[in-house]
Amino acid sequence: MREEIIISGRMNLGVDPVLHAWGWEISVYLFLGGLAAGLLFFAGAYYLLGKGDNYPAAVKKAPVLVPIFLVLGLAALFLDLHHKPYFWRLYTNIKFQSPMSWGAWTLMIITPLSMVWAALHIREWFPKWDWKFQWIRDLEDFFSEYKKHMAWAMVLLGVILGIYTGILLSAFNARPLWNTSILGPLFLASGLSAGSALILLLSKNERERIIFTRIDLILIGIELFLIIHMLMGFQASTQAQIDASHIFLGGDLTAPFWIFVVVLGMLVPAALEVMELRHIKVPVIIPVILVLLGSFMLRWLICNAGQLSRYLY
Amino acid sequence: MRYAMAIDTKKCVGCSDCVVACQTENDVPIGYCRDWIVEVTDGTYPQLETEIRSERCNQCDNSPCVRCCPTGASHYSEGGIVLVTPEKCIGCAACIQSCPYDARYTHPKGYVDKCTFCIHRVKKGMEPSCVAVCPTKCMYFGDLDDPNSAVSKVLKTRKYKVLAPEAGTKPNVYYLI
Amino acid sequence: MKTSRRDFIRISALGLGALSIGGSSIKAAGKTLFSKDQLNKLMMKRTSTYCEVCFWKCAGWVYSDNDGNIKKVIGHPDDPHCNGRLCPRGTGGVGMYNDEDRLKTPLIRVTGEDGKQTFREASWDEALSFIAEKMKKIAAEHGPECVALFTHGSGGKFWGHLLKAYGSNNISAPSYAQCRGPREVAWIGTFGEELGSPEPTDIRDTQCLVLIGSHIGENMHNGQIQEMSDAIDKKATIITVDPRFSTAASHSKYWLPIKPATDIALLLSWMHVLINEGWYDKDYVAKYTYGFDQLKEHVKDFTPEWAYGITTIQPDVIRKTAREMFNAAPSVIVHPGRHVTWYGDDTQRLRCVAILNALLGSWGRRGGFYLGIETTIPGFPHPEYPKPKKTWRDAFPGQFVLADLALANGICDATIPAASRDCSFKGWIVNGTNLIFTLPDIRNTKKAIENLELLVVIDTMPMEITGYADVVLPECTYLERYDEIRTSKHRIPTIALREPAADPKWDSKPGWWMAKELGHKLGLDEYFKYKDIEEVLEWQLNKVGSSLDEMKRLGVKKMKPEDGQLLYFEPGADIEFSTASGKIELYATSFSDEGFDPLPKYTPHPEPPQGFYRLNYGRAPMHTFSRTANNPNLTDLMDENTVWVNPKVAKVWGLSNEQYVWLENQDGIVSSFPIKVRITERIRWDSVYMVHGFGHKNEKLTRAHGRGASDSELITTVMVDPIMGGTGMRGNFVTFHTEKPAKGGLL
Ligand SMILES: Nc1nc2c(c(=O)[nH]1)N[C@H]1C(S)=C(S)[C@@H](COP(=O)(O)OP(=O)(O)OC[C@H]3O[C@@H](n4cnc5c(=O)[nH]c(N)nc54)[C@H](O)[C@@H]3O)O[C@H]1N2
Ligand SMILES: Nc1nc2c(c(=O)[nH]1)N[C@H]1C(S)=C(S)[C@@H](COP(=O)(O)OP(=O)(O)OC[C@H]3O[C@@H](n4cnc5c(=O)[nH]c(N)nc54)[C@H](O)[C@@H]3O)O[C@H]1N2
Ligand code: SF4
Ligand code: SF4
Ligand code: SF4
Ligand code: SF4
Ligand code: SF4
Ligand SMILES: [Mo]
Repeated sequence: MREEIIISGRMNLGVDPVLHAWGWEISVYLFLGGLAAGLLFFAGAYYLLGKGDNYPAAVKKAPVLVPIFLVLGLAALFLDLHHKPYFWRLYTNIKFQSPMSWGAWTLMIITPLSMVWAALHIREWFPKWDWKFQWIRDLEDFFSEYKKHMAWAMVLLGVILGIYTGILLSAFNARPLWNTSILGPLFLASGLSAGSALILLLSKNERERIIFTRIDLILIGIELFLIIHMLMGFQASTQAQIDASHIFLGGDLTAPFWIFVVVLGMLVPAALEVMELRHIKVPVIIPVILVLLGSFMLRWLICNAGQLSRYLY
Repeated sequence: MRYAMAIDTKKCVGCSDCVVACQTENDVPIGYCRDWIVEVTDGTYPQLETEIRSERCNQCDNSPCVRCCPTGASHYSEGGIVLVTPEKCIGCAACIQSCPYDARYTHPKGYVDKCTFCIHRVKKGMEPSCVAVCPTKCMYFGDLDDPNSAVSKVLKTRKYKVLAPEAGTKPNVYYLI
Repeated sequence: MKTSRRDFIRISALGLGALSIGGSSIKAAGKTLFSKDQLNKLMMKRTSTYCEVCFWKCAGWVYSDNDGNIKKVIGHPDDPHCNGRLCPRGTGGVGMYNDEDRLKTPLIRVTGEDGKQTFREASWDEALSFIAEKMKKIAAEHGPECVALFTHGSGGKFWGHLLKAYGSNNISAPSYAQCRGPREVAWIGTFGEELGSPEPTDIRDTQCLVLIGSHIGENMHNGQIQEMSDAIDKKATIITVDPRFSTAASHSKYWLPIKPATDIALLLSWMHVLINEGWYDKDYVAKYTYGFDQLKEHVKDFTPEWAYGITTIQPDVIRKTAREMFNAAPSVIVHPGRHVTWYGDDTQRLRCVAILNALLGSWGRRGGFYLGIETTIPGFPHPEYPKPKKTWRDAFPGQFVLADLALANGICDATIPAASRDCSFKGWIVNGTNLIFTLPDIRNTKKAIENLELLVVIDTMPMEITGYADVVLPECTYLERYDEIRTSKHRIPTIALREPAADPKWDSKPGWWMAKELGHKLGLDEYFKYKDIEEVLEWQLNKVGSSLDEMKRLGVKKMKPEDGQLLYFEPGADIEFSTASGKIELYATSFSDEGFDPLPKYTPHPEPPQGFYRLNYGRAPMHTFSRTANNPNLTDLMDENTVWVNPKVAKVWGLSNEQYVWLENQDGIVSSFPIKVRITERIRWDSVYMVHGFGHKNEKLTRAHGRGASDSELITTVMVDPIMGGTGMRGNFVTFHTEKPAKGGLL
């Protein structure tokens, strides 16, 4: 038998990852970031494809919500910081090796951008909206001219933000469960899937709905593929990673992972979406909520499981 | 200058004096610690082996905690020691997640704290507090660039290992085995 | 990695302020390079002390910041007890001072109208007057000899002085009959002198250290652990005989996993091998010892093969280890151990140890045992003590004659009225010993207490014993008081000063003050003719060529050995030992005179019944008995004890790691509190192991209450040593309960 214990009573919230250095805040931050990234990506992409009027929910309506998500996400991140008065220190440095720094700066650019885009489309929600001041109206006109550039930026930054939500975790060598390059694409796919689901909910347009149902189905397929690959990858890797993957394969978080993320978050909504495509009526809110919940649970569980996993020495 | 520590697992008895001494020297609040003791027992009675290790930040040469810090609060200091500047730290805990040894903790005041190799003492020519107190004198501290330092000398004559070398962090705390 | 999960304890009111010891204050010292001492001085105020967290009494410096907050205690570099390094308990000693649960005012037991007893807070004057009245009454009705003092640690001198002035000589410490008594009697019987504390083991220079159970490394007696480490560095051979894989065993070249309670067989067969193979110091034995031929005859049949059947130690291992000892001789130490009251035949087991050392010629030799040198400090002048008419010995006619000190358990037994005794004890003064946890068989201790007219407890903490007191006197901690000058036998004689580093917290007082004030109230003014202890210390220090001022500056002073005092025997010197024969008695005439075996014999001891496991107990390096169980700094390291269970046993009982269980002993006593299971290969399948000092009942101990279980509670079978009255405590057996049983414990 091997017995490995700490005999000096070390037990505190900060030191031992089992006790979670990161709580719900980081998961919420990653989820909202992913969702926002998905929405921005679709808005930009379909605008560039000239589908602004065909897919109004994706290009005009949904993006108005993005700043709210981003601000809420940043608020969650802020809540997580333990030394809050020094928050501004994030913006006195650019650290290319630090995903945190990366994220902070990406958000720094993407948030105002999303606000402008939202402002341009605010009348989708409030048709009688009027910017009270002339200079704002001028500004609106100014930005309208650069809409195409902004759309490009949104596609690009959306992808970066989506991947970032995964890279923030996968950059941590020290947590074997996070230490996989699949996390970036997986979280991107999950963010896009969450975005498409939300668009689905907001859309009144039959064609748009069918398109986004199909997109979501494809994304769910990709996610499942990535999850299976990730777990297989762990199995083929070091003992630390094999042990780490056991958290989802028989270990502590197995049931929540497979039930909430895979079955309720992917398989069930996928089935419902297939039914929808076959014209079997399901209230659209059900698959949408399931996808959003699944997307959040994916991050929440991976965030926690990562902190449970550690190096062996 | 490259500060390093060597700890003799053949002498350490796991008394945890190094932990209390660090707490009282560095005002580490009760409930927290910068160093801790691991005991590993292998075998079946009566064929047994126990290794006891006093662990702390390894002051890694290639430290992920410095790399991932978004503000530069975690930085390399003289002699390769990794330090945290509390006034720069936002308490994001990224560095805590990045450390394979779980050597950092969030101080109740908000910033992240960890072993400093007692640089404030070392600068004055004293040994780190844990080294100075250890009843078994099983810890050696000094400059690897100085062949006459306690740590250089003991590493020349003894077999040693570092923890989790596969993590690639290039630790500067050595365990004599 | 598995860690023992524990709730996060937030302690805010600890006085560990924002100021970083090293940080700001050092910066203030500027950039110049300072020597260690200069730097320490600049950092903050330092005062001299010697540690009271155990009885090794390491000297140290207490550092306080400019606001008078005690920040840390650091070992005194000149002190041979610690060589500048305190043990974890000494380093964590600040927790004794900072503990918010301390006793704060004198307390007097009162009975309310509803018959419920409570303590009420009292002034010092009230409390001491109350005690004085009671003591006068006992003296008048039964004689002053019917008051006994139990004391452990500092302060004993003052209380002992008071008691002797009052007219009683019944002064006992649990460090005798519950601890080192058997070894002292064995040593006196063999070498004509006791070992004392610190033991004069020359571990630093030894080539072979043999530990019989003595678990140095967990037993943190500072000098010994430091020197054991030196010995490891010097590649000395360490042989550890322990049924448990102790820390020392894990650092040893040989670990002999002996079957519990069979050590005497192993020791006898080692003698057999040494003598039969001629592996003994022939000159030393011939010149200095008495009774070699009888011994040779006595051990001739105790072959390793014979011992193997009893101890389960392989014969070739017995031979090999005997050879290692002889190779190292005389730089070999068969360590006498310290807490040696195990199986009731302990004096004889320690006689074996003494004889082995004599055969190897290690007594008085470098790397064996040095001859400790002490400076004696004269006592402050006082009139002669009245002559007591009786002592505790009168309660045990013809028994325990070889005991050189009073038996704590003896006084306890003699407090319980018996037809055969005319006066049982009526009053106890208990200073710094938690008798409920300390004496085995709590039922007996409680029965004795029920018969008392007065129980005074002087303590720093609300312990179990304080709960039974009529009057509780809160002593301030060692960091807040003067005490007697520490003198001790060592390689070089030293004296050390303890002075207060801070004012006593709350309404606590130093022991010397209490004893003096009570003395005045008892009308014993003649015995306390000094203003305060500083006057006494000054007088005493002057007598040995020092002064209080000098000692405040030095902390520890190295003294000159008197002429002719040597550390080791000179080769070939003629030596007269203080035994009847003037020799080292392999054959103990003093034993045969009293009708005891002059040569030790092996007798088997009871084995665990079916479903039961032998209760083994010991020390954790970060705690001292029960006294540190509530210390905030030390509970941070370990806040409860665990019961060590072999994986095979765990399997039989379906126990899992970290599960809480209740233990029940052979007499049907159940632990008051559950204890966490630690499944480990380090313990045998026929035993369980736990650290002594946990499982506190007193709710006032916020950190210690109900944490872990108390071994004391489960030790109800006591194997009394017929030779000196020691209380063998390792003959108890326990079984497991996974649900809380209906019957309770003894606390
Ligand atoms: N940290 C710390 N250190 C202390 C103390 C403390 O409270 N805390 N107390 C001090 C005091 S006063 C004393 S007396 C000493 C006591 O310290 P020691 O003299 O070392 O204590 P023992 O109880 O003799 O030894 C305990 C060891 O004996 C083993 N043992 C049990 N049964 C047997 C047996 O049948 N045969 C053999 N060979 N071994 C057996 C146990 O497994 C355990 O390892 O410690 C001192 N040091
Ligand atoms: N079951 C069991 N019983 C044992 C042992 C065992 O291992 N198991 N070990 C035995 C041995 S070896 C020994 S030496 C004895 C030790 O027995 P004790 O000396 O009784 O040990 P402690 O439990 O530490 O009790 C010391 C008491 O002193 C108090 N105290 C601490 N500091 C001060 C102070 O400065 N002033 C005053 N007035 N009081 C103070 C503490 O609060 C505590 O109540 O126990 C023996 N009994
Ligand atoms: S103080 Fe020394 S012996 Fe004790 S645990 Fe620390 S390193 Fe080990
Ligand atoms: S041990 Fe951890 S905290 Fe210390 S330098 Fe290495 S990675 Fe950083
Ligand atoms: S917690 Fe502080 S030191 Fe650690 S990464 Fe964040 S800012 Fe840097
Ligand atoms: S070197 Fe100093 S800070 Fe680091 S563990 Fe030792 S005492 Fe603590
Ligand atoms: S051995 Fe430890 S607890 Fe005992 S006196 Fe020395 S420092 Fe204090
Ligand atoms: Mo003892």
